[in-house]
Amino acid sequence: MLMSLSCTVLGVGLFIVTQATTSGFEEFFVKTLLGTDGAMRIEDRIQDTLRSMEVAGSPDFQIRQREGVKYIEGVEEPQVIMDTVRSFANVRGVSAVLRGNVQVSSSFKTEDAQVFGIKLEDHRFVSELERKITTPEGLGKFQESAGSALVGRVLADRLQLTVNESIVINVRGESRRYVVAAIYETGVRDIDKTRIYIDLAEARSLLRKPTGATFLQISLHDPKRAREEAAHMEEVLRHSVRPWQEREKEWLSVFRALSVSSAITVTVFTLIASLAMFNTLAMIVLEKTKDIAILRSMGYERRDITRIFLWQAAIVLAIGAIVGGIFGAAVSWGVSLVPLPINTLFKTEHFIVALSPWHFVQAITTAVVMVMIASLVPARRAARLEPGDIVRGTAQ
Amino acid sequence: MSTPLHAVSAAPVGDFALRCSGLQRYLGQGDGRVHVLKGVSFEARRGQVYAIVGPSGCGKSTLLYLLGLLDQPDGGDIEINGQRMSNRDDFARTAARGAHIGFVFQFHFLMLEFTALENVMMPMRKLGRLTAPEMEARARMLLDAVGLGAKTHRLGTQLSGGEQQRVAVARALANQPSIILADEPTGNLDVKNSALVFDLLTRLAKDNGQAVILVTHNPEIAQRCDVTRPMRDGLFV
Repeated sequence: MLMSLSCTVLGVGLFIVTQATTSGFEEFFVKTLLGTDGAMRIEDRIQDTLRSMEVAGSPDFQIRQREGVKYIEGVEEPQVIMDTVRSFANVRGVSAVLRGNVQVSSSFKTEDAQVFGIKLEDHRFVSELERKITTPEGLGKFQESAGSALVGRVLADRLQLTVNESIVINVRGESRRYVVAAIYETGVRDIDKTRIYIDLAEARSLLRKPTGATFLQISLHDPKRAREEAAHMEEVLRHSVRPWQEREKEWLSVFRALSVSSAITVTVFTLIASLAMFNTLAMIVLEKTKDIAILRSMGYERRDITRIFLWQAAIVLAIGAIVGGIFGAAVSWGVSLVPLPINTLFKTEHFIVALSPWHFVQAITTAVVMVMIASLVPARRAARLEPGDIVRGTAQ
Repeated sequence: MSTPLHAVSAAPVGDFALRCSGLQRYLGQGDGRVHVLKGVSFEARRGQVYAIVGPSGCGKSTLLYLLGLLDQPDGGDIEINGQRMSNRDDFARTAARGAHIGFVFQFHFLMLEFTALENVMMPMRKLGRLTAPEMEARARMLLDAVGLGAKTHRLGTQLSGGEQQRVAVARALANQPSIILADEPTGNLDVKNSALVFDLLTRLAKDNGQAVILVTHNPEIAQRCDVTRPMRDGLFV
């Protein structure tokens, strides 16, 4: 019985640990991407293409057939769209972004980069840029001076830049000098090595785009509803709206695959636990045949015998679930202390664990289903034993 | 305050607690199939002690298990307190066992993880005629009657063979059954304990008007019974 209990504890505990670690990385990744690129982006204007045909030569009667949609790059009237977007209840903030490819030079070297023109007061509501600043000066200087820039940590390292040093941004043969106001680090390497944030008005001048925006970045109160909101906005605004689930679907599918993989692993653990339970109860049935005969001779019914064995399983299950839950929580906490420096998809120094009550529910439900199924067979077998066969010693 | 032994009497009807006629039983399968009982008939009156004797393999224990409804006959009838039981389903036979029959087996068959008191209370718990305090009082009274009043809280493993068998006797009497069936009740005990257990069984059964049927190899025990029925090759001789 101790073996079954150990297996149940391990099954429940490891289920919780694997789910907590897998979902920990996924949640952290989602949090990172929501904190950098927002929950949604409005990118391109949608233009219907129509085919018209005159019927019977009459110019007054035409058949119109929709052939598809055509996307016109960028947002031509960002302010109008932003005002409309703000009327959506779930929208927390919206920020117009103008993007352009540039070359950036320090006194040390030149690198390819992307300029992101933003209005800081708008962008604060759609990203965690403020919290990603790694230099003590914060965003103060960037807010005060249009000639300042925020540079990603990787790019700054490559250019050997520190705060207050100058960079030269070159676009189509025109060069402008900016002062590094702060250095940020999102933890997403692709962002940190390419993006330079400057003021939106300055970006319009630099990129020679006096109107419009490359995209509008939107944050939501409930990011999980991004798909539904995107579909609604697309209908209303006639612009392409991409929710984060679609934007990051490749990585999300990797996490989903990892989650399924770990679920399979832990299901195998639980299966082993249930096999141990089956084995233990089957052995108990063999050991306790005489007790079964005594109980049956006293008037205990078959269902009473089944109940006794199921109760044994239930007791093991209850203790296993409680101890396994504590074990899982303790191991998850221990795992969260394991050093694991990652600085590519997101930045972390330790293993990321996200314990959720749902993991406990899943682990215990799986254990209940498997252990009770495994217990039912020996319990029913015990109930089927004929007392006469047992006392005669011919029970099968 | 102790409860009288007949406090939960099953209200017997008529003189005969048990009757069987033409009992047939085969055991084994295929070539190994043996005709163990070849049409056995038997009657047991209340307050009488019956000994079934005979060589090993003659069918004594098989008959006892059939009479105790632990097994099903291949032919013939069994009546318990006037009710025909041989054609009843498992549920009815189980209920009849609980209400009318007490068993004493050769190897005690106590639940060793439980105390003497709990072992005696087990049949009463299932029958459910008494409240918990009444069950406990009756179990204590029965254990007193078999001389184990001071050992009610000892586990089965902490009792000697003779003591375990006395607990088994008390347990068999727990529901005040009209029939006590004992399969070699003294077979595993020394002479002193054999006499003690037999005396207990017969005295308590007679006091309460129960029919006692025991299978034994012991001629001294058999001689002391009211009726001795020798068996050979599946038939009474």
